[in-house]
Amino acid sequence: MSSHAEPLLKVENLRVDYVVEGSPRNAVASVSFEVRAGEVVAIVGESGSGKTTTAHSIINLLPGNARVSSGSVTFDGTDLTQLTRKEWQGVRGKDIGLIPQDPTASLDPLQRVGEQVAEALTIHRLQPRKAARQSAVRLLEESGIRDAPSRARQFPHQFSGGMRQRVLIATALAAQPKLVIADEPTSALDVTVQRQILDNIAALTAERGTAVLLITHDLGVAADRADRIIVMRGGEIVEEGSATAVLGDPQHSYTQQLIAAAPGLSPRRLRPSLSVQNPSTTAGSGTVHVSPLVEAKSLRKVFSLPRTAGGARSLTAVDDVSLDIRRGETLALVGESGSGKSTVARLLLRLDKPTSGSVTFDGVDLASAKGEKLRHLRRRFQVVFQSPYASLDPRFSVEDIIAEPLRAFAEGSPTERKSRVKALLEEVHLPADYGTRRPAELSGGQRQRIAIARALALKPELVVLDEAVSALDVSVQAQILTLLAELQVQESLSYLFISHDLAVVQQISDRVAVMQAGKLVELGEATAVLENPVEDYTRQLITAIPGRQPQRSLT
Amino acid sequence: MIRYIGQRLLQGAFVLWAAYTVSFLILYLLPGDAVSIMASGDEQNAVDPALVEKLRAEYGLDRPLYEQYFIALFKALQLDFGLSVKNGVPATQTVAEVLPETIKLAVAGFALAVLLGSALAVVAAFSRNRWIRQAFSSLPPLGIAVPTFWIGLLLLQFFSFRLRLFPAIGNDGGQSLVLPALTLAIPTSAVIAQLLTRSLRQTLGEPYIEQIRAKGASEALINFGHALRNAAIPTLTMLGILVGNLLAGAVVSETVFSRAGIGRLTVTAVNSRDIPVVQTLVVLAAVIFVITSLIVDLIYPLVDPRINTARGAKV
Repeated sequence: MSSHAEPLLKVENLRVDYVVEGSPRNAVASVSFEVRAGEVVAIVGESGSGKTTTAHSIINLLPGNARVSSGSVTFDGTDLTQLTRKEWQGVRGKDIGLIPQDPTASLDPLQRVGEQVAEALTIHRLQPRKAARQSAVRLLEESGIRDAPSRARQFPHQFSGGMRQRVLIATALAAQPKLVIADEPTSALDVTVQRQILDNIAALTAERGTAVLLITHDLGVAADRADRIIVMRGGEIVEEGSATAVLGDPQHSYTQQLIAAAPGLSPRRLRPSLSVQNPSTTAGSGTVHVSPLVEAKSLRKVFSLPRTAGGARSLTAVDDVSLDIRRGETLALVGESGSGKSTVARLLLRLDKPTSGSVTFDGVDLASAKGEKLRHLRRRFQVVFQSPYASLDPRFSVEDIIAEPLRAFAEGSPTERKSRVKALLEEVHLPADYGTRRPAELSGGQRQRIAIARALALKPELVVLDEAVSALDVSVQAQILTLLAELQVQESLSYLFISHDLAVVQQISDRVAVMQAGKLVELGEATAVLENPVEDYTRQLITAIPGRQPQRSLT
Repeated sequence: MIRYIGQRLLQGAFVLWAAYTVSFLILYLLPGDAVSIMASGDEQNAVDPALVEKLRAEYGLDRPLYEQYFIALFKALQLDFGLSVKNGVPATQTVAEVLPETIKLAVAGFALAVLLGSALAVVAAFSRNRWIRQAFSSLPPLGIAVPTFWIGLLLLQFFSFRLRLFPAIGNDGGQSLVLPALTLAIPTSAVIAQLLTRSLRQTLGEPYIEQIRAKGASEALINFGHALRNAAIPTLTMLGILVGNLLAGAVVSETVFSRAGIGRLTVTAVNSRDIPVVQTLVVLAAVIFVITSLIVDLIYPLVDPRINTARGAKV
């Protein structure tokens, strides 16, 4: 791979600005790098680092308010910045392919899948329509779509997210481009699917000798897949080198920080595991509090489905699940999307009633509790949701948001509530003057801190963390996890930690419950489950953690 | 499929019954019945009260409400809405006579509205020139805001009186249809343009459009091969309501251009309290609504593969 010929792609001093409300805001400042033919290069960075803007300026698909202010992009000997609109049409899809971020929204919902793949060939007049359709079927087959001839005639909504991404991979590679830009190709997908998709991209591009520019926020993914890694921050490249060099001997402090924060690359526990040491230490004196805080027995939840052609009439989302949450512990509930983990959480929080089975909270039956009694039970268990953007009322000030549960339970006088809010802000390490701000003025991590403060306002005993760190950048994720571990000890909380990310789970949980298709397949001590999984499915989840693959598994 | 259509027809029958009943009650509650309006001529020839009573008995107006209602409903089921008070011909016949004229007007108006509205939306959403985009997107609100009768009067003034291109009034031939149809089409096209422009702009921001662009597609293929079809779906939903707009517009257009038709008939029938004719018109309007919404629902799954309103019940 060390040919000294001209690189396939050469980006020099690229600068991109976004025009926001009339004034330019810099997104990419003086970025230079190269991609050689057949090479896999990963650009790693957190949101706002400019990695996606860089990738999109290579293929000239920047949003309307973006301007390439200076620099050049040379591809295969031509300066792309000088191309006309018409000339661009000949480059996109034919010489440079794009695998997008969100497969669920990236296919035309009204066009048959096969046609969409074939279009990549007919647009460039590489094949007549009929031949292109046949090629599309073959391409879909190569991308791992089973029964491709009949699947090609289906519409996107009949495909799962992972399958749609396979369709998009087939589309991007159809015209045999020399370079494929994969823009966070798996961040919207489940971990196990993520691995299959990355394997698929790797296999197909290696076979064709296609160079790959992989954009990712996940250093683990980059470590597994790339020949070279470029680390970006604030619109600039802070480090660049071979994957082994960057990961093994990071020079820049930011890279070191990223590696330390990446759960898959540097496994560690945020606090000693409770139950492993000695189950009775929690209670302080012997084994007094042996009864669990929450106990669920043979939970079942069946949803009835609308009548469809030949479809099932009902869906069993949760099937015979029994588990308990002990006082002061963190129980992790893991599984892929659709495994029923969120439904279990809703049943435990009594946001939904089980079809059969029972839930007791501190010995009280939740299913039969109602009215005021239920309301007062509710203050003892709180929840933090995945998206800190959707879970905070944008019209409320931070102070109002945190004080809302206090107002709901008429807790204290207004001045007392104010000081409680101050104390809570301090607990989640935010300055006290943040009380007057609104959610829009805060970053994702800060918002999630607000959501945590709100959950803690009523001094609950159980906090359900529903994918609470999944939407955050790795370094922010690590900070929030540290905060959660710290608060758990301080406030003697029990956590139900719902996640699809086993790398995160191993940092924080005492016990792990694994769900698959509505059933609880494995439940045990975290170290036991993660190091010696009994079930095949658990093993699959563990091997899917990025950053765990033996170096250089491809190319 | 058959079962689905059957269900929808049953619902339609209910809507027709409800429309009939509500209009019956409202007309009953209005002060003064048809006979007293007929009788209230000028004061010189005051009508003999005895004669009025006799007429009332003849029309069944002296009976209790429920009796009148059931007799009327039973007759309505046989498409007999009674005789027009004005000229003694069956109300259905009065309506049927002018119906073709309004159908012509409505079809021409609707076709024009769709053409005009789509053209406006396409320019407003696809043009590369920002000024053209802005100019064309400000037209629809104007079209909606301006009253229909005023549009009619302007067209009349300009094309008939000034340029003498089209006849000002009447129902003779295609020439006389142009201005009324245009009057009808302008407000409807404005609604279509506004909906479609918004929908097109939203569609153009969808990730799949960028993905098609990344395949190397020309703007023409993106706009007309993908965006337009996707954007048309939300507009299709509004079709039923637009047809209602059209009926209301026909009243104004036919009055301004003195065209015989359902719209003008409605106005005269309401003014002369010609209850049988008004009731026929109400039921007709309901029939049109029921049929349009059924057609829209049946077209939907053909346009959008994600929806199967009827197919679900088929297998």
